[in-house]
Amino acid sequence: MIAETMAQGHSLLHRIDPRLRVLAAAFFSCAVAVFQTFTALSAACLAALVLLLVPGLNFRETGRRLMVVVWFLLLLWCLLPLTYEGAIAAKIGVVSIYWPGVRLSAQITLKSLAIIAVFTTLVATIPVNTLGQSLARLGVPAKLVYLLLMCYRYIFVIEQEYHRLVAAMKIRGFRPRTNLHTYRSYAYLIGMLFVRAATRADRVYQAMRCRGFDGRFHSLATFPPHPANQWFALAAAFAMILLVGLEWMD
Amino acid sequence: MHISEGVLSGPVLLSGGALAAAGTAIGLKKLDYDRIARAGLLSAAFFVASLIHVPIGPSSVHLILSGIVGLMLGWGAFPAIVVALLLQGILFQFGGLTTLGVNTMIMAAPAVICFYLFGRLVHGRRAVALPAAFACGFVSILLGAVVAGAALMFTEENFLEVTLLIVSAHIPVMVIEGMITVFCVAFFRRVQPDLLPGARVADMAAPQERNEA
Repeated sequence: MIAETMAQGHSLLHRIDPRLRVLAAAFFSCAVAVFQTFTALSAACLAALVLLLVPGLNFRETGRRLMVVVWFLLLLWCLLPLTYEGAIAAKIGVVSIYWPGVRLSAQITLKSLAIIAVFTTLVATIPVNTLGQSLARLGVPAKLVYLLLMCYRYIFVIEQEYHRLVAAMKIRGFRPRTNLHTYRSYAYLIGMLFVRAATRADRVYQAMRCRGFDGRFHSLATFPPHPANQWFALAAAFAMILLVGLEWMD
Repeated sequence: MHISEGVLSGPVLLSGGALAAAGTAIGLKKLDYDRIARAGLLSAAFFVASLIHVPIGPSSVHLILSGIVGLMLGWGAFPAIVVALLLQGILFQFGGLTTLGVNTMIMAAPAVICFYLFGRLVHGRRAVALPAAFACGFVSILLGAVVAGAALMFTEENFLEVTLLIVSAHIPVMVIEGMITVFCVAFFRRVQPDLLPGARVADMAAPQERNEA
Protein backbone atom coordinates (compact mmCIF):
# COMPACT_ATOMS: atom_id res chain seq x y z
CA MET A 1 0.00 0.00 0.00
CA ILE A 2 1.14 3.53 -0.72
CA ALA A 3 1.18 5.49 2.51
CA GLU A 4 2.31 8.90 3.58
CA THR A 5 4.13 7.62 6.62
CA MET A 6 6.48 10.51 7.25
CA ALA A 7 3.86 13.23 7.36
CA GLN A 8 2.19 11.88 10.48
CA GLY A 9 4.08 12.85 13.56
CA HIS A 10 4.49 15.51 16.14
CA SER A 11 8.17 16.20 16.22
CA LEU A 12 9.60 19.67 16.51
CA LEU A 13 10.22 19.65 12.77
CA HIS A 14 6.54 19.06 12.02
CA ARG A 15 5.69 22.34 13.75
CA ILE A 16 8.01 24.53 11.70
CA ASP A 17 6.47 26.57 8.89
CA PRO A 18 6.48 24.28 5.83
CA ARG A 19 7.60 27.14 3.58
CA LEU A 20 10.75 27.54 5.64
CA ARG A 21 11.37 23.81 5.51
CA VAL A 22 10.99 23.69 1.73
CA LEU A 23 13.32 26.66 1.26
CA ALA A 24 15.93 25.29 3.63
CA ALA A 25 15.85 21.86 1.98
CA ALA A 26 16.10 23.42 -1.51
CA PHE A 27 19.10 25.63 -0.65
CA PHE A 28 20.84 22.84 1.21
CA SER A 29 20.34 20.27 -1.57
CA CYS A 30 21.54 22.63 -4.30
CA ALA A 31 24.62 23.61 -2.30
CA VAL A 32 25.54 20.03 -1.41
CA ALA A 33 25.06 18.88 -5.01
CA VAL A 34 27.83 21.23 -6.19
CA PHE A 35 30.22 20.91 -3.22
CA GLN A 36 33.57 19.29 -4.01
CA THR A 37 35.63 19.32 -0.84
CA PHE A 38 35.43 16.55 1.70
CA THR A 39 35.35 18.88 4.73
CA ALA A 40 32.22 20.65 3.50
CA LEU A 41 30.59 17.42 2.36
CA SER A 42 31.27 15.60 5.62
CA ALA A 43 29.96 18.55 7.62
CA ALA A 44 26.82 18.69 5.47
CA CYS A 45 26.26 14.96 5.79
CA LEU A 46 26.75 15.15 9.54
CA ALA A 47 24.29 18.06 9.81
CA ALA A 48 21.73 16.14 7.76
CA LEU A 49 22.12 12.99 9.84
CA VAL A 50 21.72 15.01 13.03
CA LEU A 51 18.31 16.10 11.71
CA LEU A 52 17.33 12.41 11.61
CA LEU A 53 17.79 12.25 15.36
CA VAL A 54 15.31 15.04 16.10
CA PRO A 55 13.11 13.56 18.82
CA GLY A 56 9.64 12.55 17.67
CA LEU A 57 10.58 11.55 14.15
CA ASN A 58 9.77 7.97 13.28
CA PHE A 59 13.34 6.72 13.38
CA ARG A 60 12.63 3.27 11.97
CA GLU A 61 10.75 4.72 9.02
CA THR A 62 13.47 7.23 8.15
CA GLY A 63 16.05 4.47 8.47
CA ARG A 64 14.04 2.21 6.17
CA ARG A 65 13.86 5.01 3.62
CA LEU A 66 17.58 5.69 3.76
CA MET A 67 18.23 1.99 3.11
CA VAL A 68 16.95 2.49 -0.46
CA VAL A 69 19.88 4.84 -1.00
CA VAL A 70 22.30 2.65 0.91
CA TRP A 71 21.70 -0.31 -1.43
CA PHE A 72 22.44 1.89 -4.41
CA LEU A 73 25.59 3.18 -2.71
CA LEU A 74 26.81 -0.34 -1.95
CA LEU A 75 26.44 -1.21 -5.62
CA LEU A 76 28.41 1.93 -6.47
CA TRP A 77 31.22 0.95 -4.08
CA CYS A 78 31.40 -2.45 -5.78
CA LEU A 79 31.68 -0.89 -9.25
CA LEU A 80 33.44 2.48 -9.26
CA PRO A 81 36.67 1.72 -7.33
CA LEU A 82 37.35 -1.13 -9.77
CA THR A 83 36.46 0.58 -13.04
CA TYR A 84 37.26 4.28 -12.57
CA GLU A 85 40.92 4.15 -13.55
CA GLY A 86 43.78 6.24 -12.18
CA ALA A 87 46.40 5.89 -9.48
CA ILE A 88 46.25 2.43 -7.96
CA ALA A 89 45.40 2.35 -4.27
CA ALA A 90 45.65 -1.36 -3.65
CA LYS A 91 46.04 -4.54 -5.60
CA ILE A 92 44.30 -7.75 -4.64
CA GLY A 93 45.38 -10.49 -7.00
CA VAL A 94 44.47 -9.39 -10.53
CA VAL A 95 41.96 -6.80 -9.30
CA SER A 96 43.22 -3.29 -8.66
CA ILE A 97 41.41 -0.61 -6.70
CA TYR A 98 41.84 2.91 -8.06
CA TRP A 99 42.08 6.08 -5.98
CA PRO A 100 39.85 8.31 -8.15
CA GLY A 101 37.11 5.69 -7.99
CA VAL A 102 37.30 5.54 -4.21
CA ARG A 103 37.25 9.34 -4.02
CA LEU A 104 34.27 9.63 -6.30
CA SER A 105 32.36 6.90 -4.46
CA ALA A 106 32.99 8.64 -1.15
CA GLN A 107 31.81 11.96 -2.61
CA ILE A 108 28.63 10.45 -4.03
CA THR A 109 27.96 8.65 -0.75
CA LEU A 110 28.20 11.81 1.32
CA LYS A 111 26.18 13.87 -1.16
CA SER A 112 23.32 11.45 -1.59
CA LEU A 113 23.04 10.64 2.11
CA ALA A 114 22.97 14.35 2.96
CA ILE A 115 20.42 15.27 0.29
CA ILE A 116 18.09 12.34 0.95
CA ALA A 117 18.26 12.75 4.73
CA VAL A 118 17.36 16.43 4.48
CA PHE A 119 14.59 15.75 1.99
CA THR A 120 13.14 13.03 4.23
CA THR A 121 13.24 15.03 7.43
CA LEU A 122 12.25 18.46 6.10
CA VAL A 123 10.06 17.90 3.02
CA ALA A 124 8.58 14.40 3.36
CA THR A 125 7.28 15.38 6.81
CA ILE A 126 4.94 17.93 5.22
CA PRO A 127 1.48 16.55 4.33
CA VAL A 128 1.14 16.90 0.55
CA ASN A 129 -1.93 19.16 0.87
CA THR A 130 0.05 21.57 2.97
CA LEU A 131 3.03 21.23 0.67
CA GLY A 132 0.84 22.28 -2.25
CA GLN A 133 -0.31 25.39 -0.43
CA SER A 134 3.19 26.30 0.69
CA LEU A 135 4.50 25.84 -2.84
CA ALA A 136 1.74 28.12 -4.13
CA ARG A 137 2.76 30.79 -1.64
CA LEU A 138 6.38 30.38 -2.63
CA GLY A 139 5.46 31.31 -6.19
CA VAL A 140 5.03 27.92 -7.89
CA PRO A 141 2.45 28.33 -10.71
CA ALA A 142 -1.12 27.77 -9.54
CA LYS A 143 -1.79 25.25 -12.32
CA LEU A 144 1.11 23.06 -11.24
CA VAL A 145 -0.07 23.11 -7.63
CA TYR A 146 -3.59 22.21 -8.78
CA LEU A 147 -2.13 19.31 -10.78
CA LEU A 148 -0.07 18.15 -7.79
CA LEU A 149 -3.05 18.22 -5.45
CA MET A 150 -5.34 16.40 -7.89
CA CYS A 151 -2.70 13.76 -8.57
CA TYR A 152 -2.01 13.24 -4.89
CA ARG A 153 -5.69 13.09 -3.97
CA TYR A 154 -6.37 10.32 -6.47
CA ILE A 155 -3.23 8.19 -6.18
CA PHE A 156 -4.81 6.28 -3.34
CA VAL A 157 -8.15 5.87 -5.10
CA ILE A 158 -6.48 4.61 -8.26
CA GLU A 159 -4.28 2.28 -6.26
CA GLN A 160 -7.43 0.71 -4.77
CA GLU A 161 -8.86 0.39 -8.26
CA TYR A 162 -5.64 -1.30 -9.31
CA HIS A 163 -5.87 -3.81 -6.46
CA ARG A 164 -9.49 -4.54 -7.42
CA LEU A 165 -8.51 -5.20 -11.02
CA VAL A 166 -5.60 -7.41 -9.96
CA ALA A 167 -7.88 -9.36 -7.62
CA ALA A 168 -10.29 -9.90 -10.51
CA MET A 169 -7.45 -11.19 -12.67
CA LYS A 170 -6.24 -13.56 -9.97
CA ILE A 171 -9.71 -14.95 -9.41
CA ARG A 172 -9.76 -15.83 -13.10
CA GLY A 173 -6.51 -17.75 -12.65
CA PHE A 174 -4.03 -15.21 -14.03
CA ARG A 175 -0.41 -16.05 -13.18
CA PRO A 176 2.27 -13.72 -14.55
CA ARG A 177 4.85 -15.46 -16.73
CA THR A 178 7.20 -14.43 -19.50
CA ASN A 179 4.76 -14.70 -22.40
CA LEU A 180 2.64 -12.62 -24.69
CA HIS A 181 -0.53 -13.37 -22.77
CA THR A 182 0.98 -11.85 -19.62
CA TYR A 183 2.08 -8.71 -21.40
CA ARG A 184 -1.29 -8.34 -23.08
CA SER A 185 -3.10 -8.76 -19.77
CA TYR A 186 -0.89 -6.19 -18.07
CA ALA A 187 -1.33 -3.77 -20.97
CA TYR A 188 -5.13 -4.09 -20.71
CA LEU A 189 -4.85 -3.61 -16.94
CA ILE A 190 -2.86 -0.42 -17.44
CA GLY A 191 -5.17 0.72 -20.21
CA MET A 192 -8.16 0.15 -17.92
CA LEU A 193 -6.48 2.15 -15.16
CA PHE A 194 -6.00 5.06 -17.55
CA VAL A 195 -9.54 4.79 -18.93
CA ARG A 196 -11.05 4.74 -15.46
CA ALA A 197 -8.82 7.59 -14.32
CA ALA A 198 -9.95 9.70 -17.28
CA THR A 199 -13.67 9.02 -16.86
CA ARG A 200 -13.40 9.58 -13.13
CA ALA A 201 -11.57 12.84 -13.76
CA ASP A 202 -14.39 14.05 -16.00
CA ARG A 203 -17.04 13.17 -13.39
CA VAL A 204 -15.04 14.75 -10.57
CA TYR A 205 -14.40 17.89 -12.58
CA GLN A 206 -18.10 18.26 -13.39
CA ALA A 207 -18.94 17.85 -9.71
CA MET A 208 -16.32 20.44 -8.80
CA ARG A 209 -17.73 22.88 -11.36
CA CYS A 210 -21.24 22.32 -9.97
CA ARG A 211 -19.93 23.36 -6.59
CA GLY A 212 -18.50 26.57 -7.97
CA PHE A 213 -14.88 25.58 -8.58
CA ASP A 214 -13.10 28.42 -10.37
CA GLY A 215 -9.64 26.94 -10.78
CA ARG A 216 -8.32 27.73 -7.35
CA PHE A 217 -8.25 25.72 -4.15
CA HIS A 218 -9.00 28.13 -1.34
CA SER A 219 -6.92 27.01 1.55
CA LEU A 220 -8.09 27.36 5.11
CA ALA A 221 -4.68 26.33 6.39
CA THR A 222 -2.72 29.06 8.06
CA PHE A 223 0.86 28.92 9.13
CA PRO A 224 0.73 30.36 12.66
CA PRO A 225 3.86 32.05 13.95
CA HIS A 226 5.80 29.75 16.20
CA PRO A 227 8.98 30.63 18.08
CA ALA A 228 10.59 27.53 16.58
CA ASN A 229 10.34 29.18 13.14
CA GLN A 230 12.84 31.89 13.96
CA TRP A 231 15.22 29.49 15.61
CA PHE A 232 15.00 27.16 12.66
CA ALA A 233 15.56 29.95 10.14
CA LEU A 234 18.53 31.22 12.14
CA ALA A 235 20.06 27.77 12.50
CA ALA A 236 19.52 26.95 8.84
CA ALA A 237 21.07 30.24 7.69
CA PHE A 238 24.01 29.75 10.03
CA ALA A 239 24.56 26.18 8.84
CA MET A 240 24.42 27.24 5.21
CA ILE A 241 26.96 30.05 5.71
CA LEU A 242 29.22 27.69 7.61
CA LEU A 243 29.04 25.01 4.90
CA VAL A 244 29.63 27.45 2.03
CA GLY A 245 32.51 28.93 4.04
CA LEU A 246 34.05 25.49 4.52
CA GLU A 247 33.79 24.83 0.80
CA TRP A 248 35.42 28.15 -0.11
CA MET A 249 38.24 27.92 2.38
CA ASP A 250 39.61 24.70 0.94
CA MET B 1 14.87 4.64 -14.76
CA HIS B 2 16.23 7.50 -12.74
CA ILE B 3 19.54 8.93 -11.63
CA SER B 4 20.28 9.04 -7.94
CA GLU B 5 21.17 12.09 -5.87
CA GLY B 6 24.78 13.14 -5.57
CA VAL B 7 26.02 11.61 -8.81
CA LEU B 8 25.70 14.40 -11.35
CA SER B 9 27.74 17.59 -11.56
CA GLY B 10 26.35 21.08 -10.91
CA PRO B 11 26.17 22.24 -14.55
CA VAL B 12 24.35 19.05 -15.60
CA LEU B 13 21.84 19.37 -12.76
CA LEU B 14 21.33 23.02 -13.59
CA SER B 15 20.78 22.48 -17.30
CA GLY B 16 18.48 19.52 -16.60
CA GLY B 17 16.50 21.68 -14.19
CA ALA B 18 16.30 24.58 -16.64
CA LEU B 19 15.18 22.39 -19.55
CA ALA B 20 12.61 20.61 -17.38
CA ALA B 21 11.31 23.96 -16.12
CA ALA B 22 10.94 25.22 -19.68
CA GLY B 23 9.14 22.04 -20.73
CA THR B 24 6.86 22.23 -17.72
CA ALA B 25 6.05 25.87 -18.49
CA ILE B 26 5.08 24.97 -22.07
CA GLY B 27 3.09 21.98 -20.81
CA LEU B 28 1.18 24.09 -18.28
CA LYS B 29 0.44 26.71 -20.91
CA LYS B 30 -1.02 24.04 -23.19
CA LEU B 31 -3.14 22.49 -20.43
CA ASP B 32 -6.17 24.67 -19.88
CA TYR B 33 -8.03 24.51 -16.58
CA ASP B 34 -10.65 22.15 -17.99
CA ARG B 35 -8.02 19.53 -18.72
CA ILE B 36 -5.90 19.72 -15.59
CA ALA B 37 -8.20 17.50 -13.54
CA ARG B 38 -7.85 14.82 -16.20
CA ALA B 39 -4.08 15.30 -16.42
CA GLY B 40 -3.86 15.03 -12.63
CA LEU B 41 -5.71 11.75 -12.53
CA LEU B 42 -3.79 10.36 -15.50
CA SER B 43 -0.63 11.34 -13.67
CA ALA B 44 -1.88 9.45 -10.61
CA ALA B 45 -2.62 6.42 -12.81
CA PHE B 46 0.88 6.71 -14.31
CA PHE B 47 2.27 6.76 -10.76
CA VAL B 48 0.38 3.60 -9.80
CA ALA B 49 1.02 1.79 -13.10
CA SER B 50 4.75 2.42 -12.87
CA LEU B 51 4.77 0.30 -9.70
CA ILE B 52 3.70 -2.78 -11.68
CA HIS B 53 6.47 -5.34 -12.07
CA VAL B 54 6.32 -7.38 -15.24
CA PRO B 55 8.08 -10.75 -15.25
CA ILE B 56 10.90 -11.32 -17.69
CA GLY B 57 12.49 -14.73 -17.34
CA PRO B 58 13.53 -15.28 -13.74
CA SER B 59 13.63 -11.56 -12.97
CA SER B 60 11.17 -8.70 -13.41
CA VAL B 61 11.20 -5.12 -14.60
CA HIS B 62 8.96 -2.27 -13.63
CA LEU B 63 7.23 -0.35 -16.36
CA ILE B 64 8.08 3.25 -17.20
CA LEU B 65 5.25 4.04 -19.61
CA SER B 66 6.63 7.37 -20.76
CA GLY B 67 5.61 6.57 -24.34
CA ILE B 68 1.94 6.06 -23.44
CA VAL B 69 1.92 9.15 -21.23
CA GLY B 70 3.35 11.14 -24.13
CA LEU B 71 0.65 9.83 -26.50
CA MET B 72 -2.06 10.80 -24.02
CA LEU B 73 -0.83 14.17 -22.82
CA GLY B 74 1.63 15.60 -25.37
CA TRP B 75 3.44 18.53 -23.79
CA GLY B 76 1.28 17.99 -20.72
CA ALA B 77 3.55 15.01 -20.02
CA PHE B 78 6.10 17.43 -18.56
CA PRO B 79 4.01 18.76 -15.66
CA ALA B 80 2.38 15.34 -15.15
CA ILE B 81 5.76 13.62 -14.82
CA VAL B 82 7.24 16.35 -12.59
CA VAL B 83 4.33 15.92 -10.22
CA ALA B 84 4.55 12.12 -10.23
CA LEU B 85 8.31 12.22 -9.57
CA LEU B 86 7.94 14.72 -6.74
CA LEU B 87 5.33 12.47 -5.13
CA GLN B 88 7.56 9.42 -5.63
CA GLY B 89 10.27 11.32 -3.79
CA ILE B 90 7.96 12.21 -0.93
CA LEU B 91 6.30 8.82 -0.60
CA PHE B 92 9.22 6.47 -1.34
CA GLN B 93 12.45 8.48 -1.28
CA PHE B 94 13.20 7.65 -4.90
CA GLY B 95 14.94 10.97 -5.23
CA GLY B 96 15.41 14.36 -3.70
CA LEU B 97 15.12 17.84 -5.09
CA THR B 98 18.27 18.37 -7.14
CA THR B 99 17.76 15.50 -9.57
CA LEU B 100 14.09 16.29 -10.17
CA GLY B 101 14.93 18.25 -13.33
CA VAL B 102 17.22 15.66 -14.90
CA ASN B 103 14.90 12.79 -14.05
CA THR B 104 11.97 14.69 -15.54
CA MET B 105 13.96 15.15 -18.75
CA ILE B 106 14.74 11.41 -18.85
CA MET B 107 11.05 10.56 -19.03
CA ALA B 108 9.22 13.64 -20.31
CA ALA B 109 11.46 14.67 -23.21
CA PRO B 110 11.09 11.22 -24.87
CA ALA B 111 7.36 11.36 -24.13
CA VAL B 112 6.95 14.64 -26.04
CA ILE B 113 9.19 13.48 -28.89
CA CYS B 114 7.14 10.27 -29.18
CA PHE B 115 3.96 12.32 -29.20
CA TYR B 116 5.15 14.24 -32.24
CA LEU B 117 6.58 11.19 -33.98
CA PHE B 118 3.77 8.72 -33.38
CA GLY B 119 0.76 10.64 -32.01
CA ARG B 120 -0.88 10.83 -35.41
CA LEU B 121 0.24 7.43 -36.67
CA VAL B 122 -1.45 5.47 -33.87
CA HIS B 123 -4.79 6.57 -35.26
CA GLY B 124 -4.14 5.22 -38.69
CA ARG B 125 -4.96 1.79 -40.06
CA ARG B 126 -4.06 -1.10 -37.75
CA ALA B 127 -1.18 -2.12 -39.98
CA VAL B 128 0.38 1.33 -39.42
CA ALA B 129 -0.86 2.04 -35.91
CA LEU B 130 0.39 -1.07 -34.15
CA PRO B 131 3.99 -0.92 -35.44
CA ALA B 132 3.96 2.81 -34.63
CA ALA B 133 2.81 2.00 -31.09
CA PHE B 134 5.61 -0.53 -30.70
CA ALA B 135 8.13 2.00 -31.96
CA CYS B 136 6.68 4.57 -29.56
CA GLY B 137 7.23 2.36 -26.51
CA PHE B 138 10.65 1.23 -27.72
CA VAL B 139 11.93 4.69 -28.67
CA SER B 140 10.67 6.35 -25.49
CA ILE B 141 12.86 4.07 -23.34
CA LEU B 142 15.79 4.24 -25.76
CA LEU B 143 15.75 8.05 -25.71
CA GLY B 144 15.38 8.03 -21.93
CA ALA B 145 18.44 5.83 -21.59
CA VAL B 146 20.33 8.10 -23.98
CA VAL B 147 19.39 11.21 -21.97
CA ALA B 148 20.43 9.46 -18.74
CA GLY B 149 23.68 8.38 -20.38
CA ALA B 150 24.33 11.89 -21.69
CA ALA B 151 23.79 13.35 -18.22
CA LEU B 152 26.37 10.90 -16.85
CA MET B 153 28.79 11.51 -19.72
CA PHE B 154 28.72 15.29 -19.29
CA THR B 155 29.41 14.79 -15.59
CA GLU B 156 32.35 12.48 -16.06
CA GLU B 157 33.82 11.19 -19.30
CA ASN B 158 34.91 8.01 -17.59
CA PHE B 159 31.25 7.09 -17.27
CA LEU B 160 31.20 5.93 -20.91
CA GLU B 161 31.11 2.30 -19.82
CA VAL B 162 28.29 3.00 -17.40
CA THR B 163 26.38 4.78 -20.16
CA LEU B 164 26.75 1.85 -22.55
CA LEU B 165 25.74 -0.44 -19.71
CA ILE B 166 22.57 1.60 -19.08
CA VAL B 167 21.52 1.57 -22.72
CA SER B 168 22.21 -2.14 -23.20
CA ALA B 169 20.62 -3.10 -19.88
CA HIS B 170 17.45 -1.36 -21.01
CA ILE B 171 17.08 -3.24 -24.30
CA PRO B 172 14.73 -5.86 -22.78
CA VAL B 173 12.76 -3.03 -21.15
CA MET B 174 12.47 -1.33 -24.55
CA VAL B 175 11.02 -4.48 -26.11
CA ILE B 176 8.57 -5.02 -23.25
CA GLU B 177 7.48 -1.38 -23.24
CA GLY B 178 7.01 -1.66 -27.00
CA MET B 179 4.72 -4.67 -26.61
CA ILE B 180 2.80 -3.11 -23.73
CA THR B 181 2.34 0.07 -25.77
CA VAL B 182 0.98 -1.93 -28.73
CA PHE B 183 -1.64 -3.69 -26.61
CA CYS B 184 -2.45 -0.51 -24.71
CA VAL B 185 -2.98 1.48 -27.92
CA ALA B 186 -5.10 -1.33 -29.36
CA PHE B 187 -7.15 -1.24 -26.15
CA PHE B 188 -7.60 2.54 -26.27
CA ARG B 189 -8.62 2.40 -29.93
CA ARG B 190 -11.42 0.03 -29.05
CA VAL B 191 -12.47 1.36 -25.64
CA GLN B 192 -11.86 5.10 -25.53
CA PRO B 193 -10.07 6.53 -28.55
CA ASP B 194 -10.31 10.10 -27.27
CA LEU B 195 -7.64 9.27 -24.67
CA LEU B 196 -5.15 9.62 -27.52
CA PRO B 197 -5.36 13.30 -28.41
CA GLY B 198 -4.77 12.78 -32.12
CA ALA B 199 -8.39 11.56 -31.89
CA ARG B 200 -9.59 15.14 -31.48
CA VAL B 201 -9.52 15.37 -35.24
CA ALA B 202 -11.85 12.38 -35.34
CA ASP B 203 -13.97 13.94 -32.57
CA MET B 204 -14.50 17.06 -34.61
CA ALA B 205 -15.68 14.98 -37.52
CA ALA B 206 -17.96 12.85 -35.37
CA PRO B 207 -20.71 15.43 -34.52
CA GLN B 208 -21.17 16.23 -38.19
CA GLU B 209 -21.65 12.58 -38.98
CA ARG B 210 -24.16 12.35 -36.18
CA ASN B 211 -26.06 15.34 -37.54
CA GLU B 212 -26.17 13.81 -40.94
CA ALA B 213 -27.45 10.58 -39.46
